Amino acid sequence: MVENSTVENLGLDAAPVPYKSEVKNLSFYYGAFSALKNINMVLHEKQVTALIGPSGCGKSTFLRCFNRMHDLYPGNRYVGDIILHPDNVNILSRSVDPIEVRMRISMVFQKPNPFPKSIYENVAYGLRVRGVRQRAILDEKVEEALRGAALWEEVKDRLNQLAYNLSGGQQQRLCIARALATDPEILLFDEPTSALDPIATANIEELIADLKDKVTILIVTHNMQQAARVSDYTAYMYLGELIEFDVTDTIFIKPKNKQTEDYITGRFG
Amino acid sequence: MQLPATAHPPDEITHSKRLGYSYRRHLGERFIEALLFLMAFVSVAITIAIVVMLVKESFVFFEHVPLWQFLTDTQWTPLFDDAHYGILPLISGTVVSSAVALLVAIPLGTITAIYLSEFAPFAVREVAKPFLELLGGVPTVVYGYFALLFVTPLLQKIFPDLPGFSLLSAGLVMGIMIIPYVSSMAEDAMRAVPMHLREGSYAMGATKFQTAIRVVMPAAFSGIAAAYILGISRAVGETMVVAIAAGMQPNLTWNPMEPAATITAYIVQVSLGDLPHGSIGYQTIFAAGLTLLLLTLAFNIIGHVLRKRYREVY
Repeated sequence: MVENSTVENLGLDAAPVPYKSEVKNLSFYYGAFSALKNINMVLHEKQVTALIGPSGCGKSTFLRCFNRMHDLYPGNRYVGDIILHPDNVNILSRSVDPIEVRMRISMVFQKPNPFPKSIYENVAYGLRVRGVRQRAILDEKVEEALRGAALWEEVKDRLNQLAYNLSGGQQQRLCIARALATDPEILLFDEPTSALDPIATANIEELIADLKDKVTILIVTHNMQQAARVSDYTAYMYLGELIEFDVTDTIFIKPKNKQTEDYITGRFG
Repeated sequence: MQLPATAHPPDEITHSKRLGYSYRRHLGERFIEALLFLMAFVSVAITIAIVVMLVKESFVFFEHVPLWQFLTDTQWTPLFDDAHYGILPLISGTVVSSAVALLVAIPLGTITAIYLSEFAPFAVREVAKPFLELLGGVPTVVYGYFALLFVTPLLQKIFPDLPGFSLLSAGLVMGIMIIPYVSSMAEDAMRAVPMHLREGSYAMGATKFQTAIRVVMPAAFSGIAAAYILGISRAVGETMVVAIAAGMQPNLTWNPMEPAATITAYIVQVSLGDLPHGSIGYQTIFAAGLTLLLLTLAFNIIGHVLRKRYREVY
């Protein structure tokens, strides 16, 4: 891991990766409760950024700001900006349609949540809600997405079976395929392996490493080893605040902040 | 591995000691169990008794009237001198009035359920639901007169040829009556769909309506199907509205604009008359009742199969 990322870091220094998104002074409120406090960070394009921190620190809340999931429930309020590039638009702005945001920023949830449909229709869902009807296009996109999620070989002969017949790990890869089918620019993962066994977890992690060629990834994880394994950048959050954000190796090897160090070394959390 | 022997051999357990078997507690438990069993048994026994009674009495009827005549004759005139015992006219009346009712209740009930479950703000739902349930609490005789004295004259303005009694009028009002049953059950089924499925759909960029139609409804399918089956059973078994507003002449027709009798309306009509016990006319009630039971049983079985086949798996 260390050797690998040293090489990567050298690459980074040579040509700085552009930002896919910039978070500026972001605060978030559930009613009167302030769940996120003045967060500033960036997402590097086609890199994996991990959010770590103890339960209730606001990592999932932060993640769900990126696709405006909080708009689904009354009483939630965003303050500050999440700028999406290359448009250079604040996606939290009232004049931005959350549905348009979700068209470009996809999400994979903690618990696999396939729809009560066939494997094929699950993957085609995003295209269907965008009005795609041509069978040829759907077929092509579904295959591409399933291949992208390393599931094609396992399901290609039973695309019309109900998605619930798949195992938990397969269901989660199906959800990743579903998210990939619409060619998102950012993929959000909310603890995607917490409901899976170690083998399925390893598969998903491998998949995330492959996906970053195509898409910018933001992943919330409870598991520090996972953050160290899959991410290029890591943000440590505590009580709604961003304590430290840096290249993953720096966070794990020589964190600048004492709180981060305590958490990483297991003295806290 | 050999386990080390315990230092002290276990004491002989007596009733007075801790860990002793408590006969009092277990006797109480047995008593409760027996009581609960008895309660459950009574309801099953009553159902069986009804079926046995219907079958036994129908048997007497079918000794006089052959089954093929009962099923194929196109006239139902058991009380006339020229008696015919064809159940078809009563079935057609039942089917047509129920079909009209379901054409009203299923679309409106489903739309209401979707609105209440997926779109309505909390305050609206809190007000609308009790009102809907109130609609289900209105006595059916009130609906019957509402059909006869309000809906029929209204329909006659649109269709001047409509007679004073019609399956259409009765069916429409029956449909309105059934809406709360359908919407309430369908809404419960949709509300039971876990939020993470909806979030999955929204996260794909779906709108509320797309989510409701493409994800929530398929996920709640078995519950919604159960709501429809309940609606059908209600419509087929409904008595007062059709007895009052649809007329009571058995009439083999598939046209809702005509008056006709349903199975239930016929049973009311004969039960209220003064037919002597044991006469063939009296015996017809049981044959008609058995037919009705088999009809609703068939729907319940269909509902059960649907529920099993599309059981919710979240």
